[in-house]
Amino acid sequence: MRSSLALSLSFALVLSPLVSACGGDDDDDDSTVDDTGDDPGDDVADDDGGSDACGDIEGRCIELSPADDGGAGGDQEALQTAFIDALPGDVILLHAGTYEFTLGLSLDVDQVTLRGEGEAETVLSFLGQIEGAQGILITADDFTAEDFAIEDTAGDGLKVEGGARIVFRGVRAEWTGEQAEDNGAYGIYPVQCTDILIEESIVRGASDAGIYVGQSERAVVRNSTVENNVAGIEIENTYDADVYGNTATANTGGILVFNLPDLQVESGGRTRVYDNDIFENNGENFAPAGNTVAQVPPGTGFVALSAHQVEVFGNTFTDNMSFQVGIISYYLTPFPLEDDTYDPYSDTLYFHDNVFVGGGDMPSGTLGAVVRGALDTNLGVDAPETIPDISFDHILNPEQVDEKTGELLPDFNICLQDNGDADFVSLDAGAEVPFAGINLDATPFDCAHDPLPAVELDGVPL
Amino acid sequence: MSPARAALRPALLLLGVGLAAGCGGDDDDGSGDVADAAASIDAGIDAGVDAAVVTDVCDPAPGEGVAFDLDAPPCEHLSSYRFFVDGPAQVPNQEVVPYDLNTPLFSDYATKHRFFWLPTGQAMAYSETGVFDMPVGSVLIKTFSYLADLRDPASAERLVETRLLVHRADKWEGLVYLWNEDQTEAELRRAGAVVPVEWIHTDGEPRQLSYIVPNTNQCVNCHVVHIEGEDITTPIGIQARHLNRDTGVGELPVNQLELWSEMGVLTGAPADAADAPRAPVFDDPDTGTVDERARGWLDINCSHCHSQVGPARTSGLDLTVGQADPSQYGVCKPPIAAGPGSGGRLYDIVPGLPDESILMFRLESVEPEIRMPEVLRQTVHSESLELMREWITALPGDCGPPK
Repeated sequence: MRSSLALSLSFALVLSPLVSACGGDDDDDDSTVDDTGDDPGDDVADDDGGSDACGDIEGRCIELSPADDGGAGGDQEALQTAFIDALPGDVILLHAGTYEFTLGLSLDVDQVTLRGEGEAETVLSFLGQIEGAQGILITADDFTAEDFAIEDTAGDGLKVEGGARIVFRGVRAEWTGEQAEDNGAYGIYPVQCTDILIEESIVRGASDAGIYVGQSERAVVRNSTVENNVAGIEIENTYDADVYGNTATANTGGILVFNLPDLQVESGGRTRVYDNDIFENNGENFAPAGNTVAQVPPGTGFVALSAHQVEVFGNTFTDNMSFQVGIISYYLTPFPLEDDTYDPYSDTLYFHDNVFVGGGDMPSGTLGAVVRGALDTNLGVDAPETIPDISFDHILNPEQVDEKTGELLPDFNICLQDNGDADFVSLDAGAEVPFAGINLDATPFDCAHDPLPAVELDGVPL
Repeated sequence: MSPARAALRPALLLLGVGLAAGCGGDDDDGSGDVADAAASIDAGIDAGVDAAVVTDVCDPAPGEGVAFDLDAPPCEHLSSYRFFVDGPAQVPNQEVVPYDLNTPLFSDYATKHRFFWLPTGQAMAYSETGVFDMPVGSVLIKTFSYLADLRDPASAERLVETRLLVHRADKWEGLVYLWNEDQTEAELRRAGAVVPVEWIHTDGEPRQLSYIVPNTNQCVNCHVVHIEGEDITTPIGIQARHLNRDTGVGELPVNQLELWSEMGVLTGAPADAADAPRAPVFDDPDTGTVDERARGWLDINCSHCHSQVGPARTSGLDLTVGQADPSQYGVCKPPIAAGPGSGGRLYDIVPGLPDESILMFRLESVEPEIRMPEVLRQTVHSESLELMREWITALPGDCGPPK
């Protein structure tokens, strides 16, 4: 590291990455490498196999330090070049410091690790970005990002499209200024990927979802912190996701499981959300209108929207002021529905062993006001003082309804068990006179589903 | 070697000094490029040259023909390939065929010079609906330049970059050559660049912008389709509908497809180009209805990403000209991952209401997180906006009241 720093200082504007030697043969083309120069760092790279921070790796370790050029493009040049030149197995090690970028970066080589020296120490700043809808775009398999921060991207933070075996570990994505609707939509953003692990990461300030897993298969999001986003964590049109051990606070909505229409991956299911701490998600909704999350009322803990096969357990919901938990159909959104193949109803959900504290006391947003009004209008003096902990729109898939009871057939029911003293409301929002049958009786939902199996990732150890 | 180049060469070697103690790889591993020492993107074009990858292939013996070796690493200088007999004037080698498109991708008012080169004696195969099948070894060549005065095609021209799309055995590879300030040579440039450019616009007003030269990874961000789990690189414009037009060179107008068939570089095309599909010219009402021209413009400008197989397949918006379902091409379609790109509007296209349509908002913006296309557009294409506005205004129907 010292050599690398000395190098960038000695070259002022000129930034040369160090490439540490490692296993493999040595017959690379030296014709363009002048190793007879008098640069002090010149002969360092190949004596010791690189910094300890490179770890025990099979490929090369490309070490970079921030360019000492006042933001004149040295970091851009160095990291983008490293991405273009990368070979499978490479680790690109970003030593501590702040790197400045004005253009989006992209990586298209499989099996590359981008590693910093800690989310507080290695910062990739995109303040002043003039090009690129995200900070870094990855279109490769077996990508690992760890121990760095990506800040103030013009659009999304780190997007991975169509990759397999994708790991984010100890990554922070953050918009450091005010919460604003021109912040990027997503911080950590894998889409149409398989086998995703996101852990010990932090996202703040996203104008849509901090951590967003979309149209993917097999994902684990764990032990991460999401705050001051519109949505903390969103799992969308994804099969087999485990979301656990996370802290979601000060978002508009803490954790969302959505299925949306008109997408290539048409649905999703088998999502477990457990052992999360979901508190005081009372942030203003600063998502631009038109985005689905712009409908989320401030003060939302968890929402299942058109979700299927979701198990929510062991979580603590505290002081989410509108809806600690909401279960809704796409029909509760203001959007038209043209997709004939889409199932807009939520079904087969299982909430058990959760703890509810406070919440529902200051219902906000359109939905908050509507539900508060519906409770008061229809229940009068029996209306609860706060919005019940679990609110279900009770818009049911007609194909799943038991004609005798008018409720979902057991296989598809919304099941609630052992949630302490949590209260409940069935809104009857789909009735001809909406909310006419609103009631607080949770008895029809006293049932259980088989537990979902833990998600195993193919090719990513957990 | 010109005197300018001779003077440049030692400087390049000095810049190439690096510390690549490479390992485990063959000669092509690019370790020389890792040593790319040039730092300043905008401090001077000459400074941004990648470390020399000098081989004999790139210093060919005197001769006339194109000197392109598919198996060799890219040459540092564009001139090494002899695609041009006069590069600065963009006069192609006689083996290199110029072409034009009916409606091109908008690129910040850059003028484009397009050419293709096929390996000697080989031809490309016609397709009525898809990209022509070009043989391995083919090279597409496109130079981006700025006329000093857009009103005057004869005004001085500032060459900025020449992009090559090379058909390797397993994929199409993008290479970018950046023209130097003296306009004598273009140098391989892989990490992208920002080049300030200026011109007199069609309205007589001076314009300037920071032209962005893509990094080579960005080539495949557009030139790729995703089919059955595989990313397949591909040209975009080499399709009958785009190419079915008169050539822009020569004295007599002659249809490009017919000319190429006659030259033997295109096989399987209809003898009469009238039997081939033809995309409209977006700003020529004689070539199509408003709907046809608008859909055609969206196709060439957007559908390389916004299709069922392109990089924007995740958005659910398909702007290919063949997409017949209005909700698939944006009518009353809510955005998926637009973020700030929604502009507070509810649907991609609201019939009759361009100012409530996200599509217009994104075409009218130059902010990186909002604008479409996402990359390589720093300014607004006013001429096409008029067409888009006219098209959306005339679309029938509505999206219904909010529930």
